[in-house]
Amino acid sequence: MSDYTDHLGRPIIAVTGLGVVSSLGKGKDENWEKLTAGTSGIHRIDRFSTDGLRTSVAGTVDFMELENHSAPALSLALARSAAREAVDQAAMDGETFPGPLFLAAPPVEMEWQHRFALDAEADEGEGYGRLLAAARKGDHTDLYEMLQFNWIADTLEEEFGTSGLPVSLSTACASGTTAVQMGVEAIRRGDATSALCVGTDGSVTTESLIRFSLLSALTTQNEDPTKAAKPFSKDRDGFVMAEGAGALVLESLESATARGANVLAIVRGCGEKADYFHRTRSSPDGSPVIAAVNRALEDAGVAVDEIDYINAHGTSTPENDRMEYNSLKAVFGDAIHSTPISSNKSMIGHTLTAAGAIEAVFSVLTLQNDLLPPTINYNNPDPDIPLDVVPEKAREAKVRNVLSNSFGFGGQNACLVLSDPNG
Amino acid sequence: MATENHPVLITGIGLLSSHGEGPQAHLDAMAGGKPVNVDTERFAPYPVHALGEVDWSQQISRRDMRQMEPWQRIGTYAAGLALDDAGAKGDEDLCGRMDMIVAAGGGERDVEVDSSVMADARTANDREALLNERLSNDLRPTLFLAQLSNLLAGNISIVHKVTGSSRTFMGEEGAGISSIRTAFARVQSGQSDIVLVGGAFNGEREDMLLLFELGHYLTKDELLPVWSREGHTSGFAQGSIGAFVVLESAEHANKRGAKAYAQLDQVIGEHGRRKAGAGRARLNDAWNRMPNKDFDGVMSGATGASPCTATEASWLHDGLPDLPVRAFGSVFGHGVEAQFPLGIALAALSVHKGEMPPPFEAAERSAAKPATAILVTGMGHHRSEGLGVVTKLDDQGASR
Repeated sequence: MSDYTDHLGRPIIAVTGLGVVSSLGKGKDENWEKLTAGTSGIHRIDRFSTDGLRTSVAGTVDFMELENHSAPALSLALARSAAREAVDQAAMDGETFPGPLFLAAPPVEMEWQHRFALDAEADEGEGYGRLLAAARKGDHTDLYEMLQFNWIADTLEEEFGTSGLPVSLSTACASGTTAVQMGVEAIRRGDATSALCVGTDGSVTTESLIRFSLLSALTTQNEDPTKAAKPFSKDRDGFVMAEGAGALVLESLESATARGANVLAIVRGCGEKADYFHRTRSSPDGSPVIAAVNRALEDAGVAVDEIDYINAHGTSTPENDRMEYNSLKAVFGDAIHSTPISSNKSMIGHTLTAAGAIEAVFSVLTLQNDLLPPTINYNNPDPDIPLDVVPEKAREAKVRNVLSNSFGFGGQNACLVLSDPNG
Repeated sequence: MATENHPVLITGIGLLSSHGEGPQAHLDAMAGGKPVNVDTERFAPYPVHALGEVDWSQQISRRDMRQMEPWQRIGTYAAGLALDDAGAKGDEDLCGRMDMIVAAGGGERDVEVDSSVMADARTANDREALLNERLSNDLRPTLFLAQLSNLLAGNISIVHKVTGSSRTFMGEEGAGISSIRTAFARVQSGQSDIVLVGGAFNGEREDMLLLFELGHYLTKDELLPVWSREGHTSGFAQGSIGAFVVLESAEHANKRGAKAYAQLDQVIGEHGRRKAGAGRARLNDAWNRMPNKDFDGVMSGATGASPCTATEASWLHDGLPDLPVRAFGSVFGHGVEAQFPLGIALAALSVHKGEMPPPFEAAERSAAKPATAILVTGMGHHRSEGLGVVTKLDDQGASR
């Protein structure tokens, strides 16, 4: 262990830039101010009609200026904004970024607006045969580009000049965390000295809302949108879909120090463990989540009593919050009852692919400000989840190490330990 | 920080394609050099390399089958074959700490539902109301799970209990290159002892054909070998392909007594816009970063699309004029995300056998010497360039 290597002899990873967009606004300042004031970004959906749908609220981002709205176009705009903010803060070259891009992006698909437009272009055939006839005839280069899975990464790479083949990844709702984890691993193994890690999601559409709804994953408490997301409450009934992006510039501490960069935090450890129990549900004994948390702590070389705050996955679904508590209880023991844990999702909703990256950004802000963002809408605590959720009001506290959790469909579990560089 | 380098061995191969399943079927396919099971009718004018009969129950239970669409079945099946081949299947401890990287696109649409909604929308007064009603009633909840990119990996975890880690890379051919590259780097650096890595593609899909036809990247009507396609026939033919390999450090393989096909020596990925010769320039960059350039053949992932196929042909011709090149897309079709993993697997089988297959078409020259080192290329149809090097094992004791 030297000044620049960790307890396992690996390069220490510094965070030198942060960027974020959520339904609360654009940029760290606005987001942090509202997040710590307990402001909700959840509102009624007006992007499309929700008549006849069981859920009509979401944390959509409606203030990005797009020429033509689509999920990939919005996801790109969100990612671009967050990445630019992060790169600027890191004072890195924003046109030839000296490292690779790891992008957590929503799986893109052709949307109904595109199908309808193609359908109208052709005058023969039915179904996809008709769309194919239209595709053969016309020039649809722009649509083609946008619907390629690598389009967002490709465009960011072109704009920021990141090196090598960018990785677009999806680990469902753990994707943002995986992007950070991949940046950490690349620097640790000496592939790069810096990495741009971004998670983005602008995919609230009629169909995506209906799909999650059909899985009974969404809240149907539509009356007051700001009260719909209520993690750890007894009457929680599902998550609120939301949009946003988070970006982090990671750098070896050695490289950051050499160029005199301001080190905002250290990514001390990452942990991951997949679950084979079920496509959407976690193993009842919580063993994969427990393993992911334990691995993150071991990787970081941090003991349970050194974790001062947990940024919960806390989706507000009945199953997630219970499972998260039970697993944390298994790892932390009784200490879990006195370790503050809050869910950003109570205010910004569940930003899906972006969540892990956004929550990593908020975790770093928590470390920097020694201020814990609250869990709002905690009026009816679930007695089976006895946690200190930092209810309603932000709280000042000395924070040395944050554990940030992310779990996703398909058995994805990933955790980060983020730490105060002076702690 | 310099990390110690661990030799990376290929200890398991799992292949499923129009030529059937397993290493021998794919060696035979290369020896024959011709496509089979080409369906020119079903999606005319687009020929596709279709899967033949598969006894799915060999790898996937009936109950799990019901939760999957074909691309997930293909991938889960091929992953199971790779685990079997590596002697890892059913070893709960080993699979429980095995890392996994999957290159995946998106899942299948319900084509019937989509078609019916489009037909109704032509005369609907209120399309939004129609969508809300029809999608709420007609979409199957399970279909969503069959569409999520990371649910192929999820299914592999469920069916084969691979749970050390699980990552899904998206982005067409580049996802296949990144997945192999990342798995290689992890094992080489000691971050992983053993990784299951690969991809799957269902070529028999109209919704997927549509995505690529929007860019006019598909071959039509007659199916010609890859290097012979031009004009009307330039483009790729979708192929149903599942291609997984098990990459493992030599120490780890040795400790558990696993034998390998070959060593993976190098993987480089490049990416960027292809204006003004940039694609060729990046291939050169990748080439210049390779420490060892002594090859006996090239396993090319050339797609048949224009202009990348001609770019690769001229690059190979100028740089490696005397080498036998085999564009395996001529035989198996194009598996997009699965194509680079397939190329790595075919190269491993070829160095293990000790020879390049005979030419797949007249433009390819015969091999003059045994194959001990093969360059694998992956030039995506639109973006992404990758190079990999597969060599015969130095330590013959570790070889199968």
